[in-house]
Amino acid sequence: MTDVMDRPALRVVGERPIRPDGVDKVTGRAQFGADFNLPGMLVGKIKRSPHAHAKIVSIDTRKAKALAGVKAVVTAADFPDLASEEVEAGEAAGNLRDLSMNCMARDKALYEGHAVAAVAATSAAVADEALALIEVVYEVLPHVIDVEAAMAPDAPVLHEGLFTKGVEPKPTAPSNIAAVNKLGRGDLAEGFAQADVIVEARYTTKAVHQGYIEPHACIAQYGQDGQCLVWCSSQGQFMVRTYCAKILDLEAADIRVIPSEIGGGFGGKTTVYLEPLAIALSRQSGFPVKMVMTRDEVFRATGPTSGAVVEVKLGAKRDGTITAADVVLKYQAGAFPGSPVGAGSMTALACYDIANAAITGYDVVTNSPKVAAYRAPGAPISAFGMESAVDELARKLGMDPIAIREKNGVVSGVKAVYGPTLRDIAYKDTLEAIKSHPHYSIPLGPNQGRGLAAGFWFNIGGESTAAVRINDDGSAVVATGNPDIGGSRASMAMMAAEVLGLPIDQVRPVVADTASIGFSMLTGGSRVTFATGMAVVEAAKKVVEDLKQRAAQMWEVPADKVAWENGAAVCLDPEKPAAKPLSIAAIAARAGRTGGPITAEVGLNAQGAGPGFAVHLCDVEIDPETGHVTVLRYTAAQDVGKAIHPSYVEGQIQGGVAQGVGWALNEEYIFDAEGRMENPGFLDYRVPVASDLPMIDAILVETAPNPRHPFGAKGVGEVPIVPPLAAVANAVRDALGLRLTDLPLSPPRIRAALDARAK
Amino acid sequence: MSKQHVTTTVNGDPTEFLAAPGTTLLDALRDELGLTGAKEGCGSGDCGACSVVVDGRLVCSCLMLAPEAEGRRIETIEGMAQGGRLHPLQQKFLEHAALQCGFCTPGFLVAAKALLERNPDPDETEIRYWLAGNLCRCTGYDKIVRAVMDAAAEMRQVRRAS
Amino acid sequence: MPQLEYSSPSTADDAVRALAAAGGSAKVLAGGTDLLVQLRSGRIRPSVIVDLKRIAGAVGIREEAGAFVIGAATPGAVLGEHAALSKAWPGVVEAANLIGSTQVQGRATLAGNLCNASPAADSVPAMIAAGATCVVVGPKGRREIPVEQVPKGPGETSLAPDEFLLEIRLPPRPPRSADAYLRLIPRTEMDIAVVGAGVSLTLDAEGVITAARVALGAVAPTVILVPEAGAALVGSRLGDQALEKLDAAAKAAARPISDKRGTVDYRTNIAGVLARRAATIAYQRAESRA
Repeated sequence: MTDVMDRPALRVVGERPIRPDGVDKVTGRAQFGADFNLPGMLVGKIKRSPHAHAKIVSIDTRKAKALAGVKAVVTAADFPDLASEEVEAGEAAGNLRDLSMNCMARDKALYEGHAVAAVAATSAAVADEALALIEVVYEVLPHVIDVEAAMAPDAPVLHEGLFTKGVEPKPTAPSNIAAVNKLGRGDLAEGFAQADVIVEARYTTKAVHQGYIEPHACIAQYGQDGQCLVWCSSQGQFMVRTYCAKILDLEAADIRVIPSEIGGGFGGKTTVYLEPLAIALSRQSGFPVKMVMTRDEVFRATGPTSGAVVEVKLGAKRDGTITAADVVLKYQAGAFPGSPVGAGSMTALACYDIANAAITGYDVVTNSPKVAAYRAPGAPISAFGMESAVDELARKLGMDPIAIREKNGVVSGVKAVYGPTLRDIAYKDTLEAIKSHPHYSIPLGPNQGRGLAAGFWFNIGGESTAAVRINDDGSAVVATGNPDIGGSRASMAMMAAEVLGLPIDQVRPVVADTASIGFSMLTGGSRVTFATGMAVVEAAKKVVEDLKQRAAQMWEVPADKVAWENGAAVCLDPEKPAAKPLSIAAIAARAGRTGGPITAEVGLNAQGAGPGFAVHLCDVEIDPETGHVTVLRYTAAQDVGKAIHPSYVEGQIQGGVAQGVGWALNEEYIFDAEGRMENPGFLDYRVPVASDLPMIDAILVETAPNPRHPFGAKGVGEVPIVPPLAAVANAVRDALGLRLTDLPLSPPRIRAALDARAK
Repeated sequence: MSKQHVTTTVNGDPTEFLAAPGTTLLDALRDELGLTGAKEGCGSGDCGACSVVVDGRLVCSCLMLAPEAEGRRIETIEGMAQGGRLHPLQQKFLEHAALQCGFCTPGFLVAAKALLERNPDPDETEIRYWLAGNLCRCTGYDKIVRAVMDAAAEMRQVRRAS
Repeated sequence: MPQLEYSSPSTADDAVRALAAAGGSAKVLAGGTDLLVQLRSGRIRPSVIVDLKRIAGAVGIREEAGAFVIGAATPGAVLGEHAALSKAWPGVVEAANLIGSTQVQGRATLAGNLCNASPAADSVPAMIAAGATCVVVGPKGRREIPVEQVPKGPGETSLAPDEFLLEIRLPPRPPRSADAYLRLIPRTEMDIAVVGAGVSLTLDAEGVITAARVALGAVAPTVILVPEAGAALVGSRLGDQALEKLDAAAKAAARPISDKRGTVDYRTNIAGVLARRAATIAYQRAESRA
């Protein structure tokens, strides 16, 4: 598949053209989830549980239904009571019954903000009034949110039917520990016996939210013929279709999902919250129903990622060789099983070649919103523990933080602790990129510190469809089934333009609805440029073959006498010396006489997504009196394979860093004694603002292109959020001479640590 | 009390609309006037996605009641490009890849334009603090700040030349 | 559900009448940056909103014999652009300009910040340190009271339901006087103060502090004036000893709570830190006004 890559020079790929959807987005014309309206549309709103854990004794909707202007009221009774069934949806796999019950509580409310009923009314004011008229009788139950408290034998149990998976013998009592998973290799005791130095610590992180700026929004229109139209902002229109069909027991063919522009997702829009409710309300009322979450609802009722406990014990020889690693991960799943502890376990040691290793992961249900995917789900948490521990180990050994990673770092051909043999990776080049960067040797001032951390993410491939269509003037349309969350239309158009030989501005990319393109897994797992990009390239190649065929017809020569060069068919037949090259436009103009429309659609299941590695370097300055941390400098190097559009690759890195810095310093879910979230807004859920951050220098390491992708691309979107937690924490450690193991490293926490040391 | 009649100027054009007294200017722009470029990200003045300019002042349209707009001049993202020509800030945002999802972009552009009208030569720190009320979760702000600096430089050059 | 009304009177008397007619269920709108958030969350459900902005003098700053009179609906951005005010009262202006974002600055007012009665209000410690007063209008006419008499507790003011704050007055400034305000927030912008400290002082020709007022925010149910902290400075040239006394007095006066924004210990310590730092800035400013 490397034929395209072998071309002497790439014309479009690797350049930085203006994104094709850009003008819509800088003029305010782009339509996001809440920007669309339908005639006769109703407003849908949700009644939510005020309790973190409560039995729903009864729900009386009669008064709400009787209110003038109320057109529909639904509760769990309006949804089929589904059997437990795992559904595949790429990175966002989940259990169907849990998914349904997360959209609408059945019998029990499992977190504050859990939906218990929904209404559709002629105005927002009427809908609000109707919500107030719904009478819900709760029996409040004891709740548990902290992950270790939830694991305790006497903890309040969320699900009576939940028995821990992965332990022998099979437990007889229900537990909040949904599953225990273990992986590893070698002999841990032997590994620690070989060690000259051992470090051991317990690290904790708080639940944090993806924090996309666009709240969830959708419109559903259910027709009297059973045909349903859904317009929504999500990371996957096919994911929405599948989930809505299953939750409402509808045929997939009866649901058409039209993706709007999406205002950020980061994994948080890989599931459904509103769509099934909007469909149910539309079905009951006979009108289209629009639902838009408030920011408060986004925080209280959509997926954060896990708060967690990470215990790491490392042993090493004097020369720095890590001989043993014992990692225990305890992750909050929220109200239903399915924390990202599995990915956290697999990534925890993926940067290191360690002979003796054990990783134990606990997936723990808690009375908090069900976690959703968040950018490299699970990996930043385990990396925070591991990379902090490696930093401590290096300090104990008197080693440079890069040297210890070079000593133990994985290279191509090494079998990773989590199983597969790594191929075509550039981790060590990424370390080298940081080592040789001027940042690494800038002198530090008083109260300043420098931290380094590495990160790994698998990246995925999977199923994608793309269509390439040639217009009658020779320009092209590229259609895919993947919402463009960060500029993927640009890379799709660029790859198609490269193969076709067209200028980039003659290729228009579109994101098609579920009825207009073949199945595509959702936008997530850093898969779109890789997997959907492969489908685009394959479709474009098919089109090129077709164009050559038609040129052959036009010249009346055998097809093998036609070559494709610089966007034109070239005649190789020595008997036709006068045959001038035929441009796409020239061939397209004759399409009607050479076989009709020129179009190709390719569906594939892409394999061989190359894993990504990142090494980050962070400088901080701490105000010792207030504990306030300022990030002074940040440099991030990443193994990207080949950057299709380098600006957007840099943007992914810079964005991931910013989210990671927020996670490290200030972001956290804060709950009160009743289990209610105390900071459900951007005022007190503190994502980084522009003045909090310095410029973020992104270094693209392109020494190991991915041979499975036609241009060498690897996924790039997720790995940049993996190292920052530890990079920041290690910098704070360096500045203070004191290790803080609990995130966030907020000013009160740092000042308290300094005060404790002074005593 | 029923809806109130509001007469205002939006992007230079005399505009009238009806709004319930508790409606925000943001809702009126989006729902009554169909100007959906201003976005609601928080509804509490913490994200800046709804930024507009009222009588020359940068404000969050989610924090202003629609009836307050009576007699005021309102400028939104929809008025930023002049005819077929993008504003230099819009052009520089595109060239610098200063947007990913694009949801916060209108707010950033409106806010950045207000900055450059007051201070044609802001330094990085001034830009970062001026734009601190505009949240972006995608870009880490780096390319946004660069785009604003570059647009400012270009606008200064044009001004000198003319 | 009762419908909300919007009223924008053009005189103070009309505003008083509108408030009185609502019998306690009205809310006054100046910049609206707190009010609209409360409306939306359902925390308040007024029957009428009385917008002050169309009252003559409600928006703007005028100088009267060395004093500055700031209309109740004057946004923070206007204060920052007023050269004479910024020169005379840099602490008050920097405090006002710390409230929220640039966008919020386009709307938020000193009077609103005061009447919202948050213990963490940024401009209030600066105004109290400055000895600012405010003109309250009601059915019985006008009265002028010190700023510190307005807040009674979190979200509560001493104003009657039919009264509103028309303007804020900053007194004439003796020579070699200056003020400063600092707050601690976890980020660099956009947060509510975890602690705030305002200091205003006057020096004699030798650099000895002859008068000082110190006010602290977010360490008590209301912003507090700390006379002991001011007294710690008077007679000193702000040497280490005076700063230590100031730090101790600020800490002693602080009786904060632990909440999502900070702990008791942290807030108490930071009250001392910020009082010292704000005093240092104010002193340098005063000294430079030879």
